[in-house]
Amino acid sequence: MIDLINLGVKSIFIDNMIFAYFLGMCSFLAVSKKVNTAIGLGLAVTFVLTITVPVDWLLLQYVLKEGALTWISPEFANIDLSYLSFIMFIAVIAAMVQLVEMTVEKFFPALYGSLGIFLPLIAVNCAILGASLFMAQRDYTFTEGIVYGFGSGLGFLLAIVALAAIREKMKYSNVPDGLKGLGITMLLTGLMGIAFMSFMGISL
Amino acid sequence: MSTETLERNKHESLFSKRRKKFLVDPLNDQNPITVQVLGICSALAVTTQMKPSLTMAISVIVVMVFSNLAISALRKLIPTRVRIIVQLAVIATLVTLVSEVLKAYQYDMYKQLSVFVGLIITNCIVMGRLEAFALGNKPWDSILDALGNGMGYGWIILSVAFFREILGSGKLFGYAIFDAVGIHNFPTNGLMVTPVGAFFVLGLLIWVLRTRSGYVER
Repeated sequence: MIDLINLGVKSIFIDNMIFAYFLGMCSFLAVSKKVNTAIGLGLAVTFVLTITVPVDWLLLQYVLKEGALTWISPEFANIDLSYLSFIMFIAVIAAMVQLVEMTVEKFFPALYGSLGIFLPLIAVNCAILGASLFMAQRDYTFTEGIVYGFGSGLGFLLAIVALAAIREKMKYSNVPDGLKGLGITMLLTGLMGIAFMSFMGISL
Repeated sequence: MSTETLERNKHESLFSKRRKKFLVDPLNDQNPITVQVLGICSALAVTTQMKPSLTMAISVIVVMVFSNLAISALRKLIPTRVRIIVQLAVIATLVTLVSEVLKAYQYDMYKQLSVFVGLIITNCIVMGRLEAFALGNKPWDSILDALGNGMGYGWIILSVAFFREILGSGKLFGYAIFDAVGIHNFPTNGLMVTPVGAFFVLGLLIWVLRTRSGYVER
Protein backbone atom coordinates (compact mmCIF):
# COMPACT_ATOMS: atom_id res chain seq x y z
CA MET A 1 0.00 0.00 0.00
CA ILE A 2 2.77 2.38 0.96
CA ASP A 3 4.57 1.44 -2.24
CA LEU A 4 1.53 2.44 -4.26
CA ILE A 5 1.34 5.81 -2.55
CA ASN A 6 5.07 6.30 -3.17
CA LEU A 7 4.58 5.43 -6.82
CA GLY A 8 1.69 7.87 -7.05
CA VAL A 9 3.62 10.75 -5.53
CA LYS A 10 6.63 9.91 -7.67
CA SER A 11 4.63 9.93 -10.90
CA ILE A 12 2.99 13.26 -10.11
CA PHE A 13 6.01 15.27 -9.03
CA ILE A 14 9.30 13.52 -9.64
CA ASP A 15 8.64 11.61 -12.85
CA ASN A 16 6.42 14.38 -14.14
CA MET A 17 5.42 13.64 -17.71
CA ILE A 18 6.23 17.13 -18.92
CA PHE A 19 9.14 18.29 -16.85
CA ALA A 20 11.06 15.05 -16.54
CA TYR A 21 10.24 13.29 -19.80
CA PHE A 22 8.96 16.02 -22.15
CA LEU A 23 5.99 13.94 -23.12
CA GLY A 24 2.79 15.69 -24.18
CA MET A 25 4.57 18.91 -25.18
CA CYS A 26 2.55 19.58 -28.34
CA SER A 27 -0.85 19.76 -26.69
CA PHE A 28 0.81 21.28 -23.62
CA LEU A 29 2.05 24.21 -25.71
CA ALA A 30 -1.09 24.56 -27.77
CA VAL A 31 -3.78 24.37 -25.10
CA SER A 32 -2.08 26.22 -22.27
CA LYS A 33 -3.36 29.64 -23.32
CA LYS A 34 -6.39 29.65 -21.04
CA VAL A 35 -6.74 28.02 -17.63
CA ASN A 36 -10.24 26.61 -18.30
CA THR A 37 -9.29 24.71 -21.45
CA ALA A 38 -6.10 23.57 -19.73
CA ILE A 39 -8.09 22.05 -16.86
CA GLY A 40 -10.42 20.34 -19.34
CA LEU A 41 -7.56 18.85 -21.35
CA GLY A 42 -5.69 17.79 -18.20
CA LEU A 43 -8.73 15.95 -16.88
CA ALA A 44 -9.34 14.28 -20.24
CA VAL A 45 -5.70 13.13 -20.40
CA THR A 46 -5.88 11.82 -16.80
CA PHE A 47 -9.02 9.87 -17.61
CA VAL A 48 -7.56 8.34 -20.77
CA LEU A 49 -4.30 7.47 -18.98
CA THR A 50 -6.02 5.81 -16.02
CA ILE A 51 -7.90 3.52 -18.39
CA THR A 52 -5.35 2.80 -21.13
CA VAL A 53 -2.41 1.83 -18.90
CA PRO A 54 -4.25 -1.07 -17.19
CA VAL A 55 -5.84 -2.20 -20.46
CA ASP A 56 -2.44 -2.20 -22.15
CA TRP A 57 -1.09 -4.15 -19.16
CA LEU A 58 -3.75 -6.81 -19.69
CA LEU A 59 -2.92 -6.89 -23.38
CA LEU A 60 0.77 -7.26 -22.64
CA GLN A 61 0.25 -10.02 -20.05
CA TYR A 62 -2.24 -12.17 -21.91
CA VAL A 63 -1.47 -11.62 -25.57
CA LEU A 64 1.83 -9.98 -26.36
CA LYS A 65 4.53 -11.09 -23.97
CA GLU A 66 6.69 -14.10 -24.59
CA GLY A 67 4.73 -17.16 -23.56
CA ALA A 68 1.63 -15.08 -22.90
CA LEU A 69 -0.63 -17.16 -25.08
CA THR A 70 -0.32 -20.29 -22.94
CA TRP A 71 -3.88 -19.80 -21.70
CA ILE A 72 -5.11 -20.83 -25.12
CA SER A 73 -2.87 -23.84 -25.43
CA PRO A 74 0.48 -24.87 -23.92
CA GLU A 75 2.07 -25.24 -27.36
CA PHE A 76 2.08 -21.45 -27.72
CA ALA A 77 4.67 -21.01 -24.98
CA ASN A 78 7.36 -19.87 -27.42
CA ILE A 79 5.39 -17.19 -29.20
CA ASP A 80 6.62 -13.66 -28.52
CA LEU A 81 4.36 -11.02 -30.01
CA SER A 82 5.93 -8.04 -28.27
CA TYR A 83 6.89 -6.48 -31.60
CA LEU A 84 3.18 -5.87 -32.08
CA SER A 85 2.94 -3.78 -28.92
CA PHE A 86 3.24 -0.41 -30.68
CA ILE A 87 0.37 -1.14 -33.01
CA MET A 88 -1.85 -2.68 -30.31
CA PHE A 89 -1.22 0.11 -27.80
CA ILE A 90 -1.98 2.83 -30.30
CA ALA A 91 -5.17 0.99 -31.33
CA VAL A 92 -6.35 0.83 -27.72
CA ILE A 93 -5.53 4.50 -27.23
CA ALA A 94 -7.34 5.57 -30.40
CA ALA A 95 -10.44 3.61 -29.40
CA MET A 96 -10.39 5.02 -25.86
CA VAL A 97 -10.01 8.59 -27.12
CA GLN A 98 -12.90 8.11 -29.52
CA LEU A 99 -15.02 7.00 -26.54
CA VAL A 100 -13.96 9.98 -24.44
CA GLU A 101 -14.68 12.31 -27.34
CA MET A 102 -18.22 10.93 -27.69
CA THR A 103 -18.83 11.20 -23.93
CA VAL A 104 -17.54 14.77 -23.73
CA GLU A 105 -19.59 15.80 -26.77
CA LYS A 106 -22.74 14.42 -25.17
CA PHE A 107 -22.34 15.54 -21.55
CA PHE A 108 -20.03 18.59 -21.67
CA PRO A 109 -20.75 20.31 -25.00
CA ALA A 110 -19.16 23.60 -23.90
CA LEU A 111 -15.88 21.87 -23.11
CA TYR A 112 -16.10 19.97 -26.39
CA GLY A 113 -16.39 23.27 -28.26
CA SER A 114 -13.47 24.92 -26.49
CA LEU A 115 -11.13 21.95 -26.84
CA GLY A 116 -11.89 21.62 -30.53
CA ILE A 117 -9.43 19.47 -32.41
CA PHE A 118 -7.22 18.85 -29.37
CA LEU A 119 -9.57 16.24 -27.96
CA PRO A 120 -9.02 13.75 -30.80
CA LEU A 121 -5.37 14.82 -30.81
CA ILE A 122 -5.01 13.23 -27.37
CA ALA A 123 -4.71 10.00 -29.32
CA VAL A 124 -1.32 11.09 -30.62
CA ASN A 125 -0.29 12.71 -27.38
CA CYS A 126 3.12 11.26 -26.56
CA ALA A 127 2.24 11.17 -22.87
CA ILE A 128 -0.42 8.51 -23.34
CA LEU A 129 1.65 6.14 -25.47
CA GLY A 130 4.71 7.02 -23.39
CA ALA A 131 3.01 6.01 -20.14
CA SER A 132 2.08 2.61 -21.59
CA LEU A 133 5.60 2.09 -22.95
CA PHE A 134 7.14 3.05 -19.59
CA MET A 135 4.72 0.67 -17.85
CA ALA A 136 5.91 -2.12 -20.15
CA GLN A 137 9.57 -1.22 -19.74
CA ARG A 138 9.39 -0.99 -15.95
CA ASP A 139 7.31 -4.15 -15.56
CA TYR A 140 4.62 -2.73 -13.30
CA THR A 141 1.85 -4.87 -11.81
CA PHE A 142 -1.81 -4.20 -12.57
CA THR A 143 -2.49 -1.95 -9.56
CA GLU A 144 0.83 -0.19 -10.02
CA GLY A 145 -0.22 0.45 -13.60
CA ILE A 146 -3.48 2.09 -12.53
CA VAL A 147 -1.72 4.24 -9.94
CA TYR A 148 1.00 5.17 -12.44
CA GLY A 149 -1.53 6.15 -15.10
CA PHE A 150 -3.59 8.23 -12.72
CA GLY A 151 -0.51 9.88 -11.19
CA SER A 152 0.99 10.73 -14.58
CA GLY A 153 -2.31 12.28 -15.62
CA LEU A 154 -2.41 14.40 -12.47
CA GLY A 155 1.18 15.49 -13.04
CA PHE A 156 0.30 16.55 -16.58
CA LEU A 157 -2.79 18.39 -15.30
CA LEU A 158 -0.70 20.21 -12.70
CA ALA A 159 1.90 21.25 -15.24
CA ILE A 160 -0.52 22.42 -17.91
CA VAL A 161 -2.72 24.42 -15.53
CA ALA A 162 0.31 26.09 -13.94
CA LEU A 163 1.70 27.05 -17.34
CA ALA A 164 -1.72 28.32 -18.52
CA ALA A 165 -1.98 30.52 -15.44
CA ILE A 166 1.44 32.04 -16.13
CA ARG A 167 0.76 32.50 -19.85
CA GLU A 168 -2.49 34.31 -19.11
CA LYS A 169 -0.48 36.84 -17.12
CA MET A 170 2.25 36.98 -19.79
CA LYS A 171 -0.24 38.56 -22.17
CA TYR A 172 0.39 41.84 -20.37
CA SER A 173 4.18 41.61 -20.55
CA ASN A 174 6.56 43.09 -23.04
CA VAL A 175 7.95 40.01 -24.75
CA PRO A 176 10.48 40.58 -27.61
CA ASP A 177 9.07 39.68 -31.03
CA GLY A 178 11.29 36.69 -31.66
CA LEU A 179 10.35 35.17 -28.32
CA LYS A 180 6.59 35.62 -28.54
CA GLY A 181 4.60 32.43 -28.34
CA LEU A 182 6.79 29.33 -28.48
CA GLY A 183 10.10 30.92 -27.40
CA ILE A 184 8.95 32.41 -24.13
CA THR A 185 6.90 29.30 -23.36
CA MET A 186 10.04 27.18 -23.67
CA LEU A 187 11.93 29.44 -21.27
CA LEU A 188 8.98 29.46 -18.87
CA THR A 189 8.78 25.68 -18.94
CA GLY A 190 12.50 25.52 -18.26
CA LEU A 191 12.13 27.71 -15.19
CA MET A 192 9.19 25.63 -13.99
CA GLY A 193 11.35 22.57 -14.62
CA ILE A 194 13.98 23.92 -12.27
CA ALA A 195 11.27 24.36 -9.64
CA PHE A 196 10.12 20.78 -10.11
CA MET A 197 13.69 19.56 -9.83
CA SER A 198 13.43 20.42 -6.16
CA PHE A 199 11.26 17.32 -5.81
CA MET A 200 14.08 15.08 -6.98
CA GLY A 201 15.65 15.21 -3.55
CA ILE A 202 12.68 13.39 -2.02
CA SER A 203 13.60 9.80 -1.34
CA LEU A 204 10.56 7.60 -1.02
CA MET B 1 -4.81 21.27 -49.17
CA SER B 2 -3.81 20.10 -52.60
CA THR B 3 -1.02 21.69 -54.50
CA GLU B 4 -1.28 19.27 -57.43
CA THR B 5 -0.45 20.98 -60.66
CA LEU B 6 -3.19 20.87 -63.28
CA GLU B 7 -0.77 20.78 -66.19
CA ARG B 8 -0.58 17.02 -66.39
CA ASN B 9 0.77 17.03 -69.90
CA LYS B 10 3.75 19.21 -69.14
CA HIS B 11 6.71 17.18 -68.05
CA GLU B 12 7.93 18.69 -64.79
CA SER B 13 11.56 18.07 -63.96
CA LEU B 14 12.33 16.00 -60.88
CA PHE B 15 13.77 18.99 -59.06
CA SER B 16 11.83 21.89 -60.50
CA LYS B 17 11.56 25.17 -58.63
CA ARG B 18 8.26 24.20 -57.06
CA ARG B 19 9.72 20.91 -55.88
CA LYS B 20 12.89 22.47 -54.57
CA LYS B 21 10.69 24.61 -52.32
CA PHE B 22 9.34 21.46 -50.67
CA LEU B 23 12.89 20.50 -49.81
CA VAL B 24 14.20 23.90 -48.75
CA ASP B 25 11.27 25.65 -47.04
CA PRO B 26 11.08 23.36 -44.00
CA LEU B 27 14.74 24.00 -43.27
CA ASN B 28 14.06 27.50 -42.01
CA ASP B 29 10.91 29.32 -43.12
CA GLN B 30 8.57 26.46 -42.42
CA ASN B 31 10.68 24.57 -39.93
CA PRO B 32 8.57 21.88 -38.24
CA ILE B 33 9.95 22.59 -34.78
CA THR B 34 10.49 26.33 -34.64
CA VAL B 35 7.64 27.52 -36.86
CA GLN B 36 5.05 24.76 -37.12
CA VAL B 37 5.54 23.82 -33.42
CA LEU B 38 5.48 20.08 -34.06
CA GLY B 39 7.71 17.32 -32.77
CA ILE B 40 8.84 19.16 -29.65
CA CYS B 41 8.70 16.10 -27.37
CA SER B 42 11.52 14.16 -28.97
CA ALA B 43 13.39 17.36 -29.81
CA LEU B 44 13.95 17.81 -26.12
CA ALA B 45 14.21 14.28 -24.84
CA VAL B 46 16.94 12.72 -26.97
CA THR B 47 19.15 15.76 -27.32
CA THR B 48 21.42 15.11 -24.31
CA GLN B 49 24.05 13.81 -26.70
CA MET B 50 24.69 14.07 -30.42
CA LYS B 51 24.79 10.38 -31.24
CA PRO B 52 21.23 9.53 -30.13
CA SER B 53 20.02 12.72 -31.79
CA LEU B 54 21.57 11.63 -35.08
CA THR B 55 20.00 8.18 -34.74
CA MET B 56 16.64 9.74 -33.96
CA ALA B 57 16.88 12.18 -36.88
CA ILE B 58 17.67 9.39 -39.32
CA SER B 59 14.87 7.20 -37.93
CA VAL B 60 12.35 10.01 -38.23
CA ILE B 61 13.42 10.79 -41.80
CA VAL B 62 13.07 7.12 -42.78
CA VAL B 63 9.62 6.84 -41.18
CA MET B 64 8.46 10.10 -42.73
CA VAL B 65 9.67 9.32 -46.25
CA PHE B 66 8.10 5.88 -46.39
CA SER B 67 4.84 6.84 -44.68
CA ASN B 68 4.46 9.88 -46.93
CA LEU B 69 5.11 7.66 -49.94
CA ALA B 70 2.61 5.02 -48.81
CA ILE B 71 -0.18 7.41 -47.89
CA SER B 72 0.35 9.50 -51.00
CA ALA B 73 0.20 6.40 -53.20
CA LEU B 74 -3.02 5.32 -51.48
CA ARG B 75 -4.55 8.75 -51.08
CA LYS B 76 -7.40 8.21 -53.52
CA LEU B 77 -8.44 4.96 -51.83
CA ILE B 78 -8.57 6.00 -48.15
CA PRO B 79 -12.08 6.93 -46.92
CA THR B 80 -12.09 10.21 -45.00
CA ARG B 81 -13.67 8.79 -41.87
CA VAL B 82 -10.94 6.23 -41.22
CA ARG B 83 -7.96 8.18 -42.46
CA ILE B 84 -6.48 8.80 -38.99
CA ILE B 85 -6.60 5.09 -38.24
CA VAL B 86 -5.01 4.22 -41.58
CA GLN B 87 -2.25 6.78 -40.97
CA LEU B 88 -1.63 5.45 -37.49
CA ALA B 89 -1.47 1.90 -38.81
CA VAL B 90 1.08 2.81 -41.50
CA ILE B 91 3.21 4.85 -39.09
CA ALA B 92 3.08 2.20 -36.37
CA THR B 93 4.19 -0.50 -38.79
CA LEU B 94 7.11 1.58 -40.07
CA VAL B 95 8.18 2.50 -36.55
CA THR B 96 8.05 -1.16 -35.53
CA LEU B 97 10.33 -1.96 -38.48
CA VAL B 98 12.77 0.83 -37.60
CA SER B 99 12.75 -0.25 -33.97
CA GLU B 100 13.55 -3.86 -34.85
CA VAL B 101 16.38 -2.76 -37.16
CA LEU B 102 17.82 -0.57 -34.39
CA LYS B 103 17.48 -3.42 -31.91
CA ALA B 104 19.42 -5.67 -34.26
CA TYR B 105 22.23 -3.38 -35.44
CA GLN B 106 22.59 -0.68 -32.81
CA TYR B 107 21.54 -2.26 -29.56
CA ASP B 108 23.30 0.27 -27.27
CA MET B 109 21.64 3.16 -29.05
CA TYR B 110 18.30 1.35 -28.88
CA LYS B 111 18.68 0.93 -25.13
CA GLN B 112 19.61 4.56 -24.72
CA LEU B 113 16.69 5.82 -26.78
CA SER B 114 14.34 3.34 -25.04
CA VAL B 115 10.74 4.50 -25.35
CA PHE B 116 11.49 7.40 -27.68
CA VAL B 117 11.86 5.14 -30.67
CA GLY B 118 8.28 3.96 -30.16
CA LEU B 119 7.23 7.53 -29.56
CA ILE B 120 8.07 8.42 -33.16
CA ILE B 121 4.54 7.13 -33.79
CA THR B 122 3.13 10.03 -31.85
CA ASN B 123 5.61 12.51 -33.26
CA CYS B 124 3.34 15.28 -34.48
CA ILE B 125 5.54 16.00 -37.49
CA VAL B 126 4.99 12.58 -39.03
CA MET B 127 1.24 12.68 -38.78
CA GLY B 128 1.07 16.41 -39.35
CA ARG B 129 2.75 16.12 -42.77
CA LEU B 130 0.60 13.15 -43.71
CA GLU B 131 -2.55 15.13 -43.02
CA ALA B 132 -1.33 18.41 -44.46
CA PHE B 133 0.52 17.19 -47.51
CA ALA B 134 0.59 13.52 -48.42
CA LEU B 135 -3.18 13.20 -48.54
CA GLY B 136 -3.41 15.80 -51.26
CA ASN B 137 -0.25 15.45 -53.30
CA LYS B 138 1.56 13.07 -55.61
CA PRO B 139 4.13 10.54 -54.31
CA TRP B 140 7.35 12.22 -55.52
CA ASP B 141 6.27 15.60 -54.09
CA SER B 142 5.37 13.89 -50.83
CA ILE B 143 8.79 12.22 -50.62
CA LEU B 144 10.48 15.61 -51.13
CA ASP B 145 8.27 17.19 -48.48
CA ALA B 146 9.10 14.39 -46.06
CA LEU B 147 12.82 14.79 -46.73
CA GLY B 148 12.62 18.55 -46.24
CA ASN B 149 10.69 18.37 -42.99
CA GLY B 150 12.80 15.50 -41.72
CA MET B 151 16.00 17.45 -42.38
CA GLY B 152 14.51 20.59 -40.83
CA TYR B 153 13.71 18.58 -37.73
CA GLY B 154 17.11 16.90 -37.84
CA TRP B 155 19.22 20.03 -37.95
CA ILE B 156 17.34 21.60 -35.06
CA ILE B 157 17.76 18.60 -32.77
CA LEU B 158 21.41 18.27 -33.75
CA SER B 159 21.99 21.94 -32.87
CA VAL B 160 20.29 21.58 -29.50
CA ALA B 161 22.26 18.40 -28.86
CA PHE B 162 25.48 20.16 -29.88
CA PHE B 163 25.08 22.81 -27.19
CA ARG B 164 23.77 20.43 -24.57
CA GLU B 165 26.53 17.90 -25.03
CA ILE B 166 29.41 20.33 -25.25
CA LEU B 167 28.30 22.49 -22.36
CA GLY B 168 26.95 19.64 -20.29
CA SER B 169 29.80 17.18 -20.52
CA GLY B 170 32.53 18.73 -22.64
CA LYS B 171 32.24 16.02 -25.27
CA LEU B 172 31.02 15.72 -28.84
CA PHE B 173 29.82 12.35 -30.10
CA GLY B 174 31.36 10.93 -26.93
CA TYR B 175 34.76 12.30 -27.90
CA ALA B 176 36.22 14.55 -25.16
CA ILE B 177 37.20 17.47 -27.35
CA PHE B 178 38.12 19.95 -24.64
CA ASP B 179 40.66 17.51 -23.26
CA ALA B 180 41.99 16.91 -26.76
CA VAL B 181 42.50 20.63 -27.34
CA GLY B 182 44.27 20.96 -24.02
CA ILE B 183 41.64 22.63 -21.86
CA HIS B 184 41.34 20.36 -18.88
CA ASN B 185 38.78 20.79 -16.11
CA PHE B 186 36.32 22.53 -18.38
CA PRO B 187 33.51 23.66 -16.05
CA THR B 188 30.61 21.61 -17.35
CA ASN B 189 27.10 22.86 -16.67
CA GLY B 190 25.07 20.13 -15.04
CA LEU B 191 21.84 21.90 -15.89
CA MET B 192 22.41 21.23 -19.58
CA VAL B 193 22.18 17.51 -19.04
CA THR B 194 18.78 17.85 -17.39
CA PRO B 195 15.50 18.61 -19.22
CA VAL B 196 15.78 22.23 -18.07
CA GLY B 197 18.81 22.80 -20.25
CA ALA B 198 16.91 21.51 -23.26
CA PHE B 199 14.08 23.98 -22.71
CA PHE B 200 16.47 26.90 -22.41
CA VAL B 201 18.63 25.97 -25.41
CA LEU B 202 15.57 25.41 -27.59
CA GLY B 203 13.94 28.65 -26.43
CA LEU B 204 17.06 30.68 -27.22
CA LEU B 205 17.54 28.91 -30.55
CA ILE B 206 13.95 29.76 -31.49
CA TRP B 207 14.60 33.38 -30.52
CA VAL B 208 17.63 33.59 -32.79
CA LEU B 209 15.94 31.85 -35.73
CA ARG B 210 12.72 33.81 -35.52
CA THR B 211 14.53 37.13 -35.21
CA ARG B 212 16.50 36.26 -38.34
CA SER B 213 13.48 35.20 -40.34
CA GLY B 214 11.24 37.89 -38.92
CA TYR B 215 8.43 35.49 -38.05
CA VAL B 216 6.29 36.71 -35.15
CA GLU B 217 3.74 34.36 -33.60
CA ARG B 218 0.39 36.02 -32.92
